[in-house]
Amino acid sequence: MGKIVKITGPVVVAAGMKNSKIYDVALVGELGLLGEVIQLKGDKAIIQVYEDTNGLKPGEPVKGTGMPLSVELGPGLLTTIYDGIGRPLLALAKKTGNFIGRGITADTIDKKKKYDFKPLVKVGDAVGPGSIIGSVEETQSITHKILVPPDALPGKITKISKGKFTVEEIVAVVKTKKGDLKLQMYHKWPVRKPRPINTKLSPEIPLITGQRVFDTFFPLAKGGTAAIPGPFGAGKTVSQHQLAKWSDAQIVVYVGCGERGNEMTDVLTEFPELQDPKTGKPLMDRTVLIANTSNMPVAAREASIYTGITIGEYFRDMGYDVALMADSTSRWAEALREISSRLEEMPGEEGYPAYLASRLAQFYERACRADTLAGNQGSVSIIGAVSPPGGDFSEPVTQNTTRLTKILWGLDANLAYSRHFPAINWLTSYSLYTKTLAGYFESQVGSDFNSFREEAMKLLQKESELKEIVQLVGPDALKEEDKLVMYTAGRLREDFLQQLATHEIDTFCSLDKQYLMLKMIMETHKKASRLVESGVKVTQISALPLTEAIGRMKYVQKYKEEIKNVEEQREKEFQKLVGGHK
Amino acid sequence: MIKEFRNIQQVTGPLLMVEISGDVMYGEIAEIITPSGEKKTGQVLEVGDKYAVLQIFEGSSGVDVDSTRVRFKGKTLMLKVGTDMLGRVFGGSGKPIDGRPAIIPEKELDVNGASINPCRREYPRDFIQTGVSCIDIMNTLVRGQKLPIFSGSGLPHNMLAAQITRQAKVLSSKEKFGVVFAAMGITNEEAIFFKEEFKKMESAANSVMFLNLADDPAIERIITPRIALTCAEYLAFEKDMHVLVILTDMTNYCEALREISAARNEVPGRKGYPGYMYTDLAAIYERAGKIQGKNGSITMIPILSMPSDDITHPIADLTGYITEGQIVLNRELHMKAIYPPNDVLPSLSRLMKTGIGPGKTREDHADVSNQIYAMYAKGRELRNLVAVIGVESLDDTERRILEFADVYEKELLAQDYNEERSVIESLDLCWKLLSSFPKSDLTRIKEELIEKYMGKTQATTSQKKKAEAKKSLGKKATKKTSLRKAKRR
Repeated sequence: MGKIVKITGPVVVAAGMKNSKIYDVALVGELGLLGEVIQLKGDKAIIQVYEDTNGLKPGEPVKGTGMPLSVELGPGLLTTIYDGIGRPLLALAKKTGNFIGRGITADTIDKKKKYDFKPLVKVGDAVGPGSIIGSVEETQSITHKILVPPDALPGKITKISKGKFTVEEIVAVVKTKKGDLKLQMYHKWPVRKPRPINTKLSPEIPLITGQRVFDTFFPLAKGGTAAIPGPFGAGKTVSQHQLAKWSDAQIVVYVGCGERGNEMTDVLTEFPELQDPKTGKPLMDRTVLIANTSNMPVAAREASIYTGITIGEYFRDMGYDVALMADSTSRWAEALREISSRLEEMPGEEGYPAYLASRLAQFYERACRADTLAGNQGSVSIIGAVSPPGGDFSEPVTQNTTRLTKILWGLDANLAYSRHFPAINWLTSYSLYTKTLAGYFESQVGSDFNSFREEAMKLLQKESELKEIVQLVGPDALKEEDKLVMYTAGRLREDFLQQLATHEIDTFCSLDKQYLMLKMIMETHKKASRLVESGVKVTQISALPLTEAIGRMKYVQKYKEEIKNVEEQREKEFQKLVGGHK
Repeated sequence: MIKEFRNIQQVTGPLLMVEISGDVMYGEIAEIITPSGEKKTGQVLEVGDKYAVLQIFEGSSGVDVDSTRVRFKGKTLMLKVGTDMLGRVFGGSGKPIDGRPAIIPEKELDVNGASINPCRREYPRDFIQTGVSCIDIMNTLVRGQKLPIFSGSGLPHNMLAAQITRQAKVLSSKEKFGVVFAAMGITNEEAIFFKEEFKKMESAANSVMFLNLADDPAIERIITPRIALTCAEYLAFEKDMHVLVILTDMTNYCEALREISAARNEVPGRKGYPGYMYTDLAAIYERAGKIQGKNGSITMIPILSMPSDDITHPIADLTGYITEGQIVLNRELHMKAIYPPNDVLPSLSRLMKTGIGPGKTREDHADVSNQIYAMYAKGRELRNLVAVIGVESLDDTERRILEFADVYEKELLAQDYNEERSVIESLDLCWKLLSSFPKSDLTRIKEELIEKYMGKTQATTSQKKKAEAKKSLGKKATKKTSLRKAKRR
């Protein structure tokens, strides 16, 4: 038992803490505020407190728990909303009402609820760390696998039960070298420690997001990492929500890290009403939410990202593909900066601590597609939003993040101002997965998919060059073939890249539809080039009803028939142009 | 037990370091008594077992190290609240300054408040009609939203805020409505303007003012918004009122924050503002909202002046990251004598989508708004282009759009300070403006809506407009506004 000797904001110094270890959880003050030991100096422990420290006094007691900050992992995680340190917000509301009180504890997992446990091993079977011993139907769409804790010893099952149990009841007993290991349906895991895996696998399967600009132009691989930087109002959060809604991960962990309270409320009210396009079940059934809004304590904000990724890794270990959205990692970095400055550490760039880069790396490196301990394949993909001050990408968080992530989805305020959504700038964004995923697209989507994408990209780049010329001398100065480039690039921008999150059909676009749409636009370009060569004016082409028909493609549910119709329409109208010209 | 200490070790800027013998809380309030007997208020920023660092709200002038006494109050900063705060004027730290006696408090509340549990929030979806076309149509305000006005010095943000306050109403509801006004470092003249404007309101008796004026101590500004919001929370969540909170000017608040940070030798972030400014601002802005099962709400309109109109300045930037949109005033429009000079392009209301549509405003609202935005954005782009290559190289549609940009600014955007347009009138006005385009140009509006509204509403609108213009003229418009009107004609 120690006592407080100094308080400054979320940082508390306690003396008499000789027995504590770094990252141990401590209970601070009479109220028992949750904190974490982040530095030790002699017998003094420096503690970051996850709750408001107003009213604390020097002399109040500090109790070390001897345990690192951990999160309980087991059935009951899905559909729940947690704060940054894994306390369910609903349970907190039951205890302290509409506002979050202090010094309250709540179990991450409901200990009273009973789950129907189905054993998947039998007596005599050998199990090891991370093995799957049974399953529970947690929600309509997700079967929760019960795992042997990854730090357990291997052994043989001597007893296994079947039936309805709470998560605390013993469901299996394993005989190990060091005696019997009693297994419950949940276990704890320290959030700052990556969960072990067998081997990392190469990222060669795309994470389909249903968003054309992502899937077609800058695809993300399962187990990959992406950064979405952008100034305010450019649509970071909407993009993150779209990914959370439509990406083909089986589990979504959404970490609202230092962002708006109403945004989390929006997710909470909207997700239960939305359907997973694949399973038809409510999207909430596969979602875990972590909300540490901007006005909640900063230290808990720092922890929220780790809580999120640990839950993600847990589902990965069951063999699921997990997508983790962190909105926004800049707020997390700011929490790091605030605590660092209270510790009077020597600042690095813009006041951020010198270890910013390594902390970011530790986080993003936890993403991977892996061969799990249980012998399954699972993945955790991380999509981190970044909020650069003033939209200036040269600031430290954006710079350090883009050094780590393989994808940059750069949001652009000017695109947002012209209501081009998603406002992803196609000229500054990149994905390093296009090469590794090319094989998948070729075999699963269309053999010419990759070449269409490359051509489309070239056209868009050419357009930006031509635009500069137009700014100087006006559009009439362009050659006819260049005007056609402008025309097609316009189709790509308006009819392909733009995708309305609020439109009931266009909000999700299957990979096949993306392919057919792109094919339609690119083939039209090719055929139109021939017409232009034979003397047809681009204005004649752009005036065709075809232009409008191409623009309609994305809004049609039965896209195959529609695109076929558009194709026929194109043949007819082009035929006429040729005829007219001759 | 009175805890009084007089061993002052250090005074730097607004900070005072005093030796103590324990039993002082973090965040505790203290009275500082200077040799001349003047009493100041301080708050503990850092405390050890032998010392405490306090910030003095009134500044440290007159404080010495020999005989100044520091008397700790044994509590953190609390505000006494009660319904008789309504109609009163308080200073920046919550003491009455209207010459009337102290209020009879119902209870005492911690001014720092607590964070609303996100799962107990109710998503804002009630449309607030401000009577200002460009806000109602383009950047709709929703009950429980925090929507700042990004302005610059010399721009009419105060008028706009006063107009919104005066006209704001929720359609089809007769609920208790209140205004909490917090001034941080604004001039006396501006404060008088607001006082006069609030007097004219129907709900004049339901306003509470907290004034920290330009010549009041700068450090006091740190607590003014917190006090105002504590009062607002009390009125909203305990007395079921719909409270509109105006905070002006957040730039002065942030400057006070920077001053303290500098005095504490903290590592500065961008432009010298402290690294925790985001969290600090969030603790203020996030107090807006609605709570499940409560009738009241807090809608917040913070005003900030962007230094040299720079939207990337840390104050505007961090605010934009926290608030649910922003209304940006534009100097160029102001120069053209257009009031309100709202620049719709960088403006945004993030909650608009849930506040509009059938049953709330009208079914055509979203499409009309998108269409006008698109046309105006294009129009502004064309203006630049025309400056280089001339009007001749534009085609017919482009010329129409170019013309539209001017008409939009003159007819839809521009509005008299005393003119209140219902959202239906504003929508009809939009259709009138759009009628100069052939239907095929209106790509963002559904066909059936074009059929239903195009050309059908003009007559009634223009008649109403005329009648209204007469009325507002009769109302004895101020010199300034009638002058502007004359110009517009």
